Amino acid sequence: MSQLGHYTEAIIIGILFGLIARIWMLRTDYRQYPTYPHGYIIHLSLGLIAAALGAVAVPALLEKDFTAVTFLTVAAQQFRDVRNMEREMLLNLDEMELVPRGKSYIEGIAMVFEGRNYLTIFTSLLTSLAAVLFKSWWSGSIVGIIVLLLIRFIKSGQVIREIADVSEGEIRIEGPNLYVDDIYIMNIGLDDNKKHILENALGVVLKPKNASGRVTLGNMGQRQAIIHNVSTILGVYRDTGEPALLPLAKRDLKDGRLGIFLLPQDRNIKEVFEVINLTPVLEGAVRQPTQAQN
Amino acid sequence: MESKILAVITMEPDNIAGGAPIFKVQNREELQQTSFTLEKILDANAHEVNSQTMILVRH
Repeated sequence: MSQLGHYTEAIIIGILFGLIARIWMLRTDYRQYPTYPHGYIIHLSLGLIAAALGAVAVPALLEKDFTAVTFLTVAAQQFRDVRNMEREMLLNLDEMELVPRGKSYIEGIAMVFEGRNYLTIFTSLLTSLAAVLFKSWWSGSIVGIIVLLLIRFIKSGQVIREIADVSEGEIRIEGPNLYVDDIYIMNIGLDDNKKHILENALGVVLKPKNASGRVTLGNMGQRQAIIHNVSTILGVYRDTGEPALLPLAKRDLKDGRLGIFLLPQDRNIKEVFEVINLTPVLEGAVRQPTQAQN
Repeated sequence: MESKILAVITMEPDNIAGGAPIFKVQNREELQQTSFTLEKILDANAHEVNSQTMILVRH
């Protein structure tokens, strides 16, 4: 690469690492959007733009082309639009879900999409900075790899396993009232629905590990996220015109335990535990009262 | 979210009055049957207020 200009080399290596970072962060499974080819294309293209912006910034500054920095603000604006775009799309899709994601989950996903573009800029910026400073493309690569590992660490958030213990709860119906263990869920009027529920429902109890977990689990968005994940991955015994067959989570007011009433199509309690354990703790739901300063 | 009572199905119509349509039924079986039909049509939850009365609520 030595025949290329010094800056060109840095820019190329910067873009390359930025793009690798974006691809790495675009991991997809059933829980996440996008599972669609076009979603990939949109986000990889935006990732390329982000990587290019980050990579060009350092050479531009060194050439005393200070106005180039203003382009970064344009980028920030652009990526805020990415967040709006994701939010709008997911909200529209949510209306057609049997078990909706809920606004908090969507907001969390949209925020992640914006954030990952900034991480892409950050990666390519540091990579090209290193390549320019040490005047060699391989030192840029080393910094790039370090940043990639760092990003891996930053991007993975908490999961439910870290804040609560999952155990099975017994589904009980007393008169019209439905309980999971001793936690009241709802009033079921029809005998037909009671029959369906006794046959198909599973009860799960989440016991928060500390006071912070108690508040986080209380968040309605967090509860909906758990229910949505179980319903998407294991299927859901529900349809329109069956309003009583609705998975729900209610709190025990005394100790903050969460009773979850689920209707999975695949009634494998181990898998249910696994799915719940790996549900992300939503950024918008996290509360840490125990860390508050007086 | 505002819940709304869409219909009342009861064996004791004398104890109930108000805006929602009231369906009078004779026995428990009829109570269940009428509530079932209405639940599917209205896509609203059938809740038991007491053993004589059910309400259909849109949540």
